Amino acid sequence: MNEGVKFSGIPSAQELAAIPGIAGPERFEQGPVAVIECVQEIPCNPCEKACPFGAITVGQPITALPVLDEEKCTGCGVCLAKCPGLAIFRVHKNYTEDTALVEFPFEYLPLPREGDTVACGGRDGAYVCDGKVLKINQSKAWDGTTLVAVAVPKQYYMTVRTIGKKKED
Amino acid sequence: MSMRKVQAIVIGAGPAGLAACIEIAKAGGKAVLIDENAKPGGQLFKQIHKFFGSREHRAGVRGYDIGNQLLQETEDLGVEVFLDSPVYGLFRDPRGIMVSYMQDGRERALLGETVILATGAAENALTFPGSTLPGVMGAGCAQTMINVNRVLPGKKVIMVGSGNVGLIVSYQLMQAGAEVAALIEAAPSIGGYGVHAGKIRRAGVPILVGHTIKRAMGRDQVESVEIIALDEKFQEIPGTEQILSCDTVCIAIGLTPLTELAWLAGCQFTFIPSLGGHIPIHDENMATTVSGLYVAGDIAGAEEASTAMEEGRLAGIAAAEALGLYDEAAAAPLKASVWARMDALRTGPFGQKRHEAKALMLETAKGGTK
Amino acid sequence: MQENKAKNHRVIKHPILPAEAPCDVSIFVDGQEIPAKAGEPIAAALLTAGIRIFRQTAKKGYPRGIFCGIGRCTDCVMTVDGQPNVRTCVTPVRAGMKVETQIGLGRWAE
Repeated sequence: MNEGVKFSGIPSAQELAAIPGIAGPERFEQGPVAVIECVQEIPCNPCEKACPFGAITVGQPITALPVLDEEKCTGCGVCLAKCPGLAIFRVHKNYTEDTALVEFPFEYLPLPREGDTVACGGRDGAYVCDGKVLKINQSKAWDGTTLVAVAVPKQYYMTVRTIGKKKED
Repeated sequence: MSMRKVQAIVIGAGPAGLAACIEIAKAGGKAVLIDENAKPGGQLFKQIHKFFGSREHRAGVRGYDIGNQLLQETEDLGVEVFLDSPVYGLFRDPRGIMVSYMQDGRERALLGETVILATGAAENALTFPGSTLPGVMGAGCAQTMINVNRVLPGKKVIMVGSGNVGLIVSYQLMQAGAEVAALIEAAPSIGGYGVHAGKIRRAGVPILVGHTIKRAMGRDQVESVEIIALDEKFQEIPGTEQILSCDTVCIAIGLTPLTELAWLAGCQFTFIPSLGGHIPIHDENMATTVSGLYVAGDIAGAEEASTAMEEGRLAGIAAAEALGLYDEAAAAPLKASVWARMDALRTGPFGQKRHEAKALMLETAKGGTK
Repeated sequence: MQENKAKNHRVIKHPILPAEAPCDVSIFVDGQEIPAKAGEPIAAALLTAGIRIFRQTAKKGYPRGIFCGIGRCTDCVMTVDGQPNVRTCVTPVRAGMKVETQIGLGRWAE
């Protein structure tokens, strides 16, 4: 069976392991960090300028994959809303003793409310676990893109990437 | 007969045409922009996603915001715009190129020292039993309905085609409140960017590569479709049929450049499938084989809005040079910087094919003019 | 005239775009009044009201609706204010317009 982003729209574990946008496992233990799941060489570089700490480098040509400097990345999450591909996430593995924080862009209505318990999904949208909405972040500068942060059981820090769309009544 | 003559006539007020006018006006030239639609902007105003590219391409800015910026710039620069004015004729004339168009139900004409065709492209149709049923439509049509006219063309959609248009419109249909039941793609892999595919996968939309639509069913509008798996030779695999319920089928299988006016003007053409088929031969200045006539945007090969804007700039700068508004020394660096940005957009696994196709075009142009 | 069973298809709230202005005029489709917005394409008003069948073909009476949305394919033509073959995807709504399902090539009003 053909795997990977070209066939399913979902980067495979090997594809994710091979890209320079994801920090090493030790870095995840140390605090929040950006996770840039950009696995294809497409002409795009807003993330590079988005980072106030210079932690993301695309360089030339602009089709190069973004490289994350895990030392410089503070996990501030400013880059999330700047990625036109909605492919950057913020992950805080040790948010509490049992939970990890995962933050992602969300461009649907209705939005959940802070404190809601919601169904969290993986890269294929399938249910992974329940999570608690910690923060709904909106800013004029993000031009309509909302960032949603959820707390999920720690083992899902690299699995959960979205929440289910709520049915509008 | 005395006829009004202007330095440049630009036909088509989409991203390419607007960018061309801006460059001509910046060079101190007088451009008239003609469009058949009631509003300028072409297809930019239905593009509500953030664009890719570099900062120079306004990457990260949503398409309609780019459209508004371009419109503001053409207005500030005093470009004259004729709307609701379909162009129906293009004639070579000793005094320039005559452009015939309709306005307020009357035939009118203008003479241009230079003319830039930025007429865009139209979506390809797909024929299958039931493809004429109401509810089967172009993906771009659905996109106009949800994002410009703010109406859902249906509630449950099957998308056919996994290029960026199919992927992006699927996402935007969901943003507008529709359900996308599945996206099907005849090829064995996804055509567009993985990040666009990833967005709709996260929303739970299945992407079925190696599948095609066999028929659409319904009494007087679409109620369901039958899809079937294809082998690597694109042959149907019996026994893999599935019936999916839906009320809308969107077709996103590519674009064909709108070249009628270029044919009418007597341009030489070449056939390059990866650019959408028959394309007017054009050189590194976007000049066609007809003196004074330029092309820019999808008519010169279907790509995307970012490259269309760059081609419009290039054609505008070249036309300004031909009009004597720039000397060679002034025009050369301007053109070089556009080329550098276009080359950047045409790199990587997705851009390479277009890069090669455009290189072939330049070869053809050289061969044709020598 | 097709029944408007579904809810209004207008996209009012949107995660990216500003809230949509309400309908401000009426048009008449096969005699029935529907709300519309002045200046929007006739086809958009019809789809909002849940009307998807715009005409019937000349020989076999097959239904047709909107297809290309840019005024090229002419699948969406209807009779508007007595004039047949009007492309509803690019013709703007005016208050009080009379729109009719077109049968075949249509007929000019007497």
